Amino acid sequence: MRKVYHKIIQIAGNVITVEAENVGNNDLAEVTTTRGTSLAQVIRLQDNKVYLQVFAGSRGISTGDEVRFLGHPMQVSASDDLLGRIFTGSGQPRDSRPPIEEDMINIGGPSVNPAKRVIPRKMIRTGIPMIDVFNTLVESQKLPIFSVAGEPYNELLARIAMQAEVDVIILGGMGLKYDDYLKFRNTLDEHGALSRSVLFIHTASDPIVESLLVPDMCLAVAEQYALRDKRVLVLLTDMTNFSDALKEIAITMEQIPSNRGYPGDLYSQLAARYEKAVDFDGAGSITILAVTTMPGDDVTHPVPDNTGYITEGQFYLRNGRIEPFGSLSRLKQQVNGRTRGDHRVIMDTMIRFYADFKETLEKQSMGFQMSSWDNKLLKFGKRFETEMMDLSVNIPLEEALDLGWKILADCFDPTETGIKTDLIREYWPKDAQ
Amino acid sequence: MTDNNKGHIVGVNGNLLTVEFDTAVTQNEVAYAVLGDIRLKAEVIRVRGQRADLQVFEGTEGLKVGDPIEFTDDLLSAELGPGLLTKVFDGLQNPLNKLAEKSGFFLQRGIYMDPLEYDSEWDFTPIAKPGDTLFAGDRIGFVPEGIFKHYIMLPFSFLGSWEVISVAPAGKYNLRACMAKVRNARGEERDVTMVQKWPVKIPVSCYKEKLMPVNPLITQQRIIDSFFPVAQGGTFCTPGPFGAGKTVLQHAISQHAEADVVIIAACGERAGEVVEILREFPELKDPRTGKSLMDRSIIICNTSSMPVAAREASVYTAVTLAEYYRQMGLNVLLLADSTSRWAQALREMSGRLEEIPGEESFPAYLESRIASFYERAGLVVLNDGSKGSITIGGSVSPAGGNFEEPVTQATLKVVGAFLGLSRDRSSARRFPAIHPLDSWSKYQSIVDESKLQLARQTLRRGTEVNQMMKVVGEEGTTTDDFVIYLKSEFLDFVYLQQNTFDAVDAATSKDRQVYTFNKVIDVLNTDFDFEDKDIARRYFLELRLLFTDLNYIAFDDAKFKEQEEKIIAKISERAQHA
Repeated sequence: MRKVYHKIIQIAGNVITVEAENVGNNDLAEVTTTRGTSLAQVIRLQDNKVYLQVFAGSRGISTGDEVRFLGHPMQVSASDDLLGRIFTGSGQPRDSRPPIEEDMINIGGPSVNPAKRVIPRKMIRTGIPMIDVFNTLVESQKLPIFSVAGEPYNELLARIAMQAEVDVIILGGMGLKYDDYLKFRNTLDEHGALSRSVLFIHTASDPIVESLLVPDMCLAVAEQYALRDKRVLVLLTDMTNFSDALKEIAITMEQIPSNRGYPGDLYSQLAARYEKAVDFDGAGSITILAVTTMPGDDVTHPVPDNTGYITEGQFYLRNGRIEPFGSLSRLKQQVNGRTRGDHRVIMDTMIRFYADFKETLEKQSMGFQMSSWDNKLLKFGKRFETEMMDLSVNIPLEEALDLGWKILADCFDPTETGIKTDLIREYWPKDAQ
Repeated sequence: MTDNNKGHIVGVNGNLLTVEFDTAVTQNEVAYAVLGDIRLKAEVIRVRGQRADLQVFEGTEGLKVGDPIEFTDDLLSAELGPGLLTKVFDGLQNPLNKLAEKSGFFLQRGIYMDPLEYDSEWDFTPIAKPGDTLFAGDRIGFVPEGIFKHYIMLPFSFLGSWEVISVAPAGKYNLRACMAKVRNARGEERDVTMVQKWPVKIPVSCYKEKLMPVNPLITQQRIIDSFFPVAQGGTFCTPGPFGAGKTVLQHAISQHAEADVVIIAACGERAGEVVEILREFPELKDPRTGKSLMDRSIIICNTSSMPVAAREASVYTAVTLAEYYRQMGLNVLLLADSTSRWAQALREMSGRLEEIPGEESFPAYLESRIASFYERAGLVVLNDGSKGSITIGGSVSPAGGNFEEPVTQATLKVVGAFLGLSRDRSSARRFPAIHPLDSWSKYQSIVDESKLQLARQTLRRGTEVNQMMKVVGEEGTTTDDFVIYLKSEFLDFVYLQQNTFDAVDAATSKDRQVYTFNKVIDVLNTDFDFEDKDIARRYFLELRLLFTDLNYIAFDDAKFKEQEEKIIAKISERAQHA
């Protein structure tokens, strides 16, 4: 039996300080109060003082309450029985079924040796032209969806999850509204995907510190499945809530904040999670799609900003559409050279014209006369928005490329597109000229 | 080892340990925290009374108050010797491929391996003779390493003059073998092997003098070599917001730059990008040598999820290896991606040490650290009169893409070329997204200066006209002004922009750059005659297409001339004084 400590000498924010000995950094403890038991984690040691962040929050903790150290860091089961189950942020069942305690592993394990990674080469088809054509999603990619409150980011996440061909889906919810959680669960259920999914859900009403565990729990499980040759898709929503929880703990610990109150190690903390995305040399893969809501629609806010530097691109979801500007899949070059010969050129040309279209729109709104070129651009832009950008469009990549040529041919002649002559010869619709 | 200083942990805060020690400790000394049967490497970064603060190069989970610490008395050092090329190291110079063989998929903490293969054999040819007087960095002999002569030198740490007592005869030796015996004036005798150690945070200064960098380092990127050149022994930085193509540009430079040795320090960036280099470089051929690109490369890789303290060490390890190869008279290119992550590592440690923060809570010594890092670049004359150089290119990732932040500003003060990447250009898919008006370089371009002035002037005027058109509309712009705008767009599309994913366009040789630049200037110099703007636009679109097609044709291909004829014909179609 491990020693029980009764001497809580400080309670500040959600961090308590206990005088104790022989405690390892990052170890777990159980804090027992009159209201129940909560898990807590060691975050700092100083002489005989042990600082613990209490996952259930410090409300109601008395200085005389019991603290019992478990002698190991946070663990999660990696057994196959997890499939179809729903847990809280700290790993307790949320679906009123028994807890699982076999095959326990530590969360937040070491990073993958870059020498054991392979270059990702497999496209994930989503049926959304703005992704498949313009910013192809690739297996093992880590990609955030930058959005603002009110946008259908969770719907987009769910839709990609349903259409992507993966073996296991792991959903991590941080500060998720209860309705959204139910919606996710029902969508997975309706499409028969719940049996290949694992859910770690921290809702908005749960104690905020608990959300800190969610990404690590999800990714530790994902890693074990990937090592068993599974292709795993991890969905995280919303990473801004996770970062805010980090901020709260850092401020409580009196760390010097770096930017808008966020701790100086925000980049490293986020990177430690996102970098778990991997295509193993000789095993499965982990792909991460994460929602990052941008407070005030400001991409220079520390959370989206640091995220953008870590992830392999980003999707901007704005006005219910994936914005072509700013959205980027850094790995698309790995796959779009081998889909179809015209993939890259359609991608580049259409985006370029769409940018010109936006400029023309600006000119138009200022009341300038429209040249014949402007009118061509206007025609193109309208068609692009309705036939390609709309999120309801659901067509395979090849059809989307054909559609691209059709729109181009309807609006421009071949020279105006600036496309290499040999590609024009091969792909330009024959009936257009 | 046994009589070294010991201590024990009294505090753990993230990767910072507070330690009580027994006797004397040295600042920046390496120590190990003992956790059961593993030892975690750490470095002393502050001493106060009987307590020292150590940054641990690993995760600290599980460490307890009271756990023992073993000091080593050595500063954090790099091992230098034959066999460094083609290797992939982490920030502490552990070979990642060998680690993978030993511990599998994950980087288990506390496992350290020799950077060099001590049992490998090298074909030694002596240079020094018994009786010679040598100074640190002087050559004792050489072994072939790939396409280079890898010189075995008197270790950089040997102070004063040393007399050679004996040198090993030509033959095969492993890295443990004694290659020479030397003696100094005080009669102290030492053995020299092929391997030496050097503390990474101290610059190697075994050279006669530092020279002004003048020769261009050809990167085969048109916008760099012609507009914002980089010199051998110079420094440059590429700041840019995320998604502006910093890494793609660095990869392009690392592949095509005409340097002897390329060292890539992937510091706190994505693992995926390193993997691309790891897997692609061995397949790519260096056109100048016909050998694999890997043969001239060393990769130091401390990706963002690897421990942050090792990230800080990684750039120093990289520059120390660069200095080692410079000492052999080679031109070394060091690419650090990204120095902002390194600065953030400094900030994280500074925060844990509870130092008074400077701007954006970066430590007050940020500027001097950045300056002293870039100052390790340079063109030097070695003791034997030959020259070697280190060119440093650092990418910077400014928060929010705002160049006013401290890391970018501190970097701009000390570099010779600023290649600022712009989000507007990258959103418009104009790559490389180096901003043609904001960027600058203090080095000499490969193209004619007066022509370059004309090109810059056109770009500036074109931008002005474009701005004006946004206010007064196309109809309010004269055709002459409009043509200037079209000319600047033409220059942008056919010369500044370059497609890194096309086999031919990815790299433009110096000769070809000068040649096509003159062709472009011809267009800028021509007075054209257009009835209206639509005709002008259409004409320039056609001309642009002809030029773009030309960019995709190899310089020595017969079709190149053919295409050129078409362009000349096209120009005379509308030229006023044809």
